[in-house]
Amino acid sequence: MRDMARMVLVLTTVCVVAALGLAKVYDLTEEPIRQALREELLRGVRAVLPPFDNAPDQDARVVDGRTYYVGRKGGRAVAAAFEAASPEGYGGWIRALVGVDREGRVTGVVILQHAETPGLGAKAADPGYLAQFRGKSLQSANWAVKKDGGDFDQITGATITPRALVKAIREALEAFEAAKSQIFTPGGEG
Amino acid sequence: MKMGSQRERPTSAQKPGSLFFEFWKGIASENPVFRLVLGMCPTLAVTTEAVNGIGMGLATTFVLLCSNAVVSLIRSVIPAKVRIPAYIVVIASFVTVVDLVMNAYAHDLHKALGVFIPLIVVNCIILGRAEAFASKHGVAASMADGLGMGLGFTLSLTLLGSVREVLGNGTWFGLPLLGSGFSPVIVMILPPGAFITLGLLLAGMNRWGALRIRKT
Repeated sequence: MRDMARMVLVLTTVCVVAALGLAKVYDLTEEPIRQALREELLRGVRAVLPPFDNAPDQDARVVDGRTYYVGRKGGRAVAAAFEAASPEGYGGWIRALVGVDREGRVTGVVILQHAETPGLGAKAADPGYLAQFRGKSLQSANWAVKKDGGDFDQITGATITPRALVKAIREALEAFEAAKSQIFTPGGEG
Repeated sequence: MKMGSQRERPTSAQKPGSLFFEFWKGIASENPVFRLVLGMCPTLAVTTEAVNGIGMGLATTFVLLCSNAVVSLIRSVIPAKVRIPAYIVVIASFVTVVDLVMNAYAHDLHKALGVFIPLIVVNCIILGRAEAFASKHGVAASMADGLGMGLGFTLSLTLLGSVREVLGNGTWFGLPLLGSGFSPVIVMILPPGAFITLGLLLAGMNRWGALRIRKT
């Protein structure tokens, strides 16, 4: 019985000390982690939007479960950035950030996360490949890869990745089109 | 480097119990990857780039050093029957510390290593050293052991990562090394490349070990 009590006491003490220590470390790193995550988001937003002078992460609107980060220049909303994601990549989820201006033209695309094959599907994350989306809108292009009769390049040896990416962007653009009036409110002040 | 230093210090490296011996054995004679073949999961999974090897290695080193020190400190008050849960709580706490601190201050590396940082908890090198060494030795020797094992692990992972990155991507620590004429051997950064590289390095280390035994 004494043994038992000792075991319980020792394990409890170890756990309490560990919990207190972890609480302290969590407290100390909470703010830096938030900053790092914000910086990561802003880096992506900066890469896909035309120049802006506000803080798009604090100027976000959620419409139908999708978050739109609005970039403004001199108070006027010029473009919005939002996520396009598809689980149909060769290695699972592909997540991209897409920037679109008021006219619905793509201003930039960056890949946030992917698990595609290095040297094959992973080439879809190259800026050179992603540049082909710039300036295209839902109306001006046929959103499919060339192999499927669309306007966008596939990658030699990797058709699944571009197909998933193009589809993800198309669906995100459609959602954006439907939500547009709530993102850019009339008069440009919104 | 390994060979040179070993020859220069044959006496202290052969004397069990000295701090230098406890430190050095983790790097050479009991290297966790090439000699004990422990911790294979992170070894194979994260070594697509040299910098990932260093990051993973140093994170593991920190956990090993701290957990060995604490386990050694509390070894006399922990009842034998509950020692494993007690060690795991200690190890898991330090892993969580590493996870939080890396997320805050080395965010991109943290993202690259992903789930393998929390998985340091189940790296058998760490519980292995706590159970086999730190629970039976003093704090200084345990810390020397943890540091040596951790750095041995780091060196091995960096070596593996370097070979795979140079052959599979033509770069070393992200710097172009082999010029544009080089066409990367993509399989080296894919999972099979990890097994191929590890196998060849292990064979090389065994050959080197056999030669050394013959000489002495």
